[in-house]
Amino acid sequence: MAQLARLALAEEEIEPMARELSAVLDHVARIAELDLEHVAPTSHVLDVTGALRPDEPRPCLPRELALAQAPAVSNDGFLVPSPQA
Amino acid sequence: MSEHPRTPAQPPVGGSPKQNSYEPVIGLEIHVQLKTATKMFCGCALTFGEPPNTRTCPVCLGLPGSLPVANARAIHYGLVIGLALGCELAPRSIFHRKNYFYPDLPKGYQISQYDEPLCRGGQLGDIRIHRVHLEEDAAKLIHIGSSGRIHSSDASIVDFNRGGTPLAEIVTEPDLRSPERAGEWLRLLRATLRQLGVSDVNMEEGSLRCDANISLRAAGSEHLGTKTELKNMNSFRFIERGIRAEIARQQRILEHGGEVVQETLHYDPASDRITSLRSKEEAHDYRYFPEPDLLPVAIDEHMLAAAKAALTELPADRAARYERELSLSPDSAQLLAFRPELGGFFEAALAAQGDASAQTLANWVTVELAARLDDGDPAATGVTPRALAELAGMVAAKQISVGAGRQVLDKLVAEGGEPQAIVDAEGLAALDGADELAAIVAAALEANADAAQRVREGNTKAIGPIVGHVMRETRGRADGTEVARLVHEQLGV
Amino acid sequence: MSDASSSASSPQGERELLKLTAAQAARRIAAGELSALELFDAYRERAATDHAVGHEGLNCFTWVADERAGVEDSGPLAGVPLAVKDLFCTEGVPSQSGSRILQGYTPPYTATAVARLRDAGAPLLAKTNQDEFAMGSSTENSAFGPTLNPWDRGRVPGGSSGGSAAAVAAGLAPWALGTDTGGSIRQPAALCGIVGLKPTYGSVSRYGMIAFASSLDQAGPLTRDVTDAALLLAHMVGRDPCDATSLQLPEEIVLPSAQELTGLRLGVPAELHGEGIETGVREVFDGACKRAEALGAELIDVELPHAPYALSAYYVLAPAECSSNLARFDGVRYGLRAPGALELLDMYTRTRHDGFGPEVRRRVMLGTYALSSGYYDAYYARAQRVRTKIAEDFADAFKRVDFIVTPTAPTVAFKLGEKTADPWAMYLNDLCTVPMSLAGIPAISIPCGLSDGLPVGLQLAGPAFSENRLLDAAYALEQEFGFDGSAAHV
Repeated sequence: MAQLARLALAEEEIEPMARELSAVLDHVARIAELDLEHVAPTSHVLDVTGALRPDEPRPCLPRELALAQAPAVSNDGFLVPSPQA
Repeated sequence: MSEHPRTPAQPPVGGSPKQNSYEPVIGLEIHVQLKTATKMFCGCALTFGEPPNTRTCPVCLGLPGSLPVANARAIHYGLVIGLALGCELAPRSIFHRKNYFYPDLPKGYQISQYDEPLCRGGQLGDIRIHRVHLEEDAAKLIHIGSSGRIHSSDASIVDFNRGGTPLAEIVTEPDLRSPERAGEWLRLLRATLRQLGVSDVNMEEGSLRCDANISLRAAGSEHLGTKTELKNMNSFRFIERGIRAEIARQQRILEHGGEVVQETLHYDPASDRITSLRSKEEAHDYRYFPEPDLLPVAIDEHMLAAAKAALTELPADRAARYERELSLSPDSAQLLAFRPELGGFFEAALAAQGDASAQTLANWVTVELAARLDDGDPAATGVTPRALAELAGMVAAKQISVGAGRQVLDKLVAEGGEPQAIVDAEGLAALDGADELAAIVAAALEANADAAQRVREGNTKAIGPIVGHVMRETRGRADGTEVARLVHEQLGV
Repeated sequence: MSDASSSASSPQGERELLKLTAAQAARRIAAGELSALELFDAYRERAATDHAVGHEGLNCFTWVADERAGVEDSGPLAGVPLAVKDLFCTEGVPSQSGSRILQGYTPPYTATAVARLRDAGAPLLAKTNQDEFAMGSSTENSAFGPTLNPWDRGRVPGGSSGGSAAAVAAGLAPWALGTDTGGSIRQPAALCGIVGLKPTYGSVSRYGMIAFASSLDQAGPLTRDVTDAALLLAHMVGRDPCDATSLQLPEEIVLPSAQELTGLRLGVPAELHGEGIETGVREVFDGACKRAEALGAELIDVELPHAPYALSAYYVLAPAECSSNLARFDGVRYGLRAPGALELLDMYTRTRHDGFGPEVRRRVMLGTYALSSGYYDAYYARAQRVRTKIAEDFADAFKRVDFIVTPTAPTVAFKLGEKTADPWAMYLNDLCTVPMSLAGIPAISIPCGLSDGLPVGLQLAGPAFSENRLLDAAYALEQEFGFDGSAAHV
């Protein structure tokens, strides 16, 4: 799970984390008690649709601003270690 | 990362590999960049070839606190595609988040659609469509490394200009049965999308991308085999070759009693090799959930009417119409229908009401004119539809020979003008008197006595140089058939 | 332009100045009786002092404005300075959402809510401390250290908008902006003895709010009294083209004026009144309800049968959304990047481990789990269904009553460190506030008395878009309770 969330956990952190999460999951599991078979899930609490945007250009950020907070830059791009197999 | 053995040089797959007792089952997943003015979820202008990171904003950079807002035109284009492909348009569809980590994905998730897509079902030609949905494109990752190939670089640079471009993803049912059919069908899809004006659909530029899902099954079986996903093929030729190579690879595995592993693969056209793209540790749990920052898309009458209004006559329908109404041959019909710029020119020429038949005009457009266009647009040349119609009529009426006609066309394409004027100026009118032509034939027979002798002896092929001589003398104005007749007459054979 | 009695030049004058509510100050500035610059300077100095002494002070702030040459005193908010929770993006000003992973991050744009308030005349005074990424109920989870409760410095101010609440309660800011996801405005308001409002979901644009849980986050005011809350809210609300989930309210927010509650039916849900509520809190709450009756309200027992499951559903949904919202913190484009990472996976995992605090890490893990294949149906999808039932419960209740009334928080301010050992013990602080968040309905907390010398909050919740009626009822109660929200007690 830590890998999926891209969180490095030190050895000594694994056990307490597992314990804490288990405890929370026990409480959270209460929702399993309910009979919810004919209930629709709420994916959007507002009963509205749409809110689309017209296809009109808006000003872009100047490159310096876009890169201003970057930890590493090269050739006007964000520099990162390469993904690889 | 695993590599698989080289495929044999010329695998004899062809249309129906029943001789191998395995049947390929192929489905395609096509991504089309939509030709909107701005990105899918923000107002950054979509212009290409800009310096890196000059077309970004807080939204497409994934800055903290930014929020997406869906592009109305992208939705419209999605609906147009859905209608054109005969899909059912979902009255209500939602966006989902597809969560994974990659440097070209600024938010750590891609906004896409999952189980409530914009369009479902449909068909194009004889291939069924599974679904069409909308999503945003990733940014561009440029590898800095010795060879530039993804597997051997040290660092990468990310350019977010492309990130957020609207994509329509079109997924077919696995109805395709050969690489050739896949290529052909993809060309039909491309022509259709281009006709609709929703995308540039240019594979070389990346506005059309195609992945293939391939499996094999025992011929006659209903059961589907394990499928693999073949990605990153960026031309029609490579797609066909890649699919062919993968079919061959799977075949070898199955013939040796092995099992095909479900994985994502890459085709390298240079070596004709299939390699595994994703390592096995990579967990592909995308943890899809409905995108809370976007509202569901509900199609109203207004949107539906606008989408219908945007539908033009589509290539498959146009080809059928040409065959039906104009009695064009299937090949001519298809050629004209799949290249709208030729089809349009043809129809305009037809409307000019010359003496030539529809099929004759079609031949002039699809053979002679097309050869002189080099894949370009006739509108960019000097020849007008009316001029071509006139030219075709003149040839049909034997006012000029076919050869002369070709010369006139050359001039028309290069400089424009009127066919009759060119004929007069160049002296290309068909040879009038039989006497004139007869005299030239006689002279040719004298000049090519050996050939004449061979023709007398029954070697019909020897007529070539004699006819060639006449053609040169008449600068192509003579009618070839008539010349041959005269030769035979004068030789008494 | 200012007259002697409200001049900041004397200590007494300054105290008078600082006692003014925002609305009172705005009126005086508009009338030319008070200088906006003087007001700004007075607050700025106090804020800067608290900020400078760090942990010897209340530690309300993460950033305080520099001295200014002038302050715009125009617009309906007339130059009354505003403290803003750290997670609101403020152009050119650090915005870290209380986290190490955004160390030094200064956004190139300003959140819509803040921009609207600034344009209405409320200049930025300071950024306030908060639980990291708005996850917490005590402001103990901040990378900047805890904020202390002005009522008792050994205790928490509540969270996650603890900095905003403490600043207003201590008279270090006239008013403040916070955010509420499961109670993060209301609960700290209750623990600090001030007013806090969470509006109907969608009323205030979320553009520029560093996200925690998108379907739950809402911005809202933390103020000394109900009038100030209405005034601030009125200038924040409304559709924003940059936020697809934002709405135009059916009516403008108006300043409240109700003097009594005749004919008002108040529902008291048994599920949020018994077990889990501290005795002292319940007693004060019951007393407040009696006073509501004296004002003409009718108290009716109601049921919210799914309320006992609200916390469980919330702690599936909010972590799930946050696990996705926080995926962008990967060290690529901004913020912290773990040094020396030669390999991408290493860069990701170390950056996020070092940058996120323990509570955030817990919730990201929890959320990832709840969404993962094989568990999605049992957790996330299920929680979405519980959410539907909770919204239905409220809808049913609102057929019989006008508002739901509950204690805002189950306890008064607890001691620092008291609840940090057990995550669920901390989560229980949101018992009474989470149901309203899940249903997307508006709710306000007003101080209604003291228990053991510490403030108790009363929560009123109404149907969607009932803000005006809610503010009116709260106002009438506030007049009745006579709770002095000014800085006098500090």
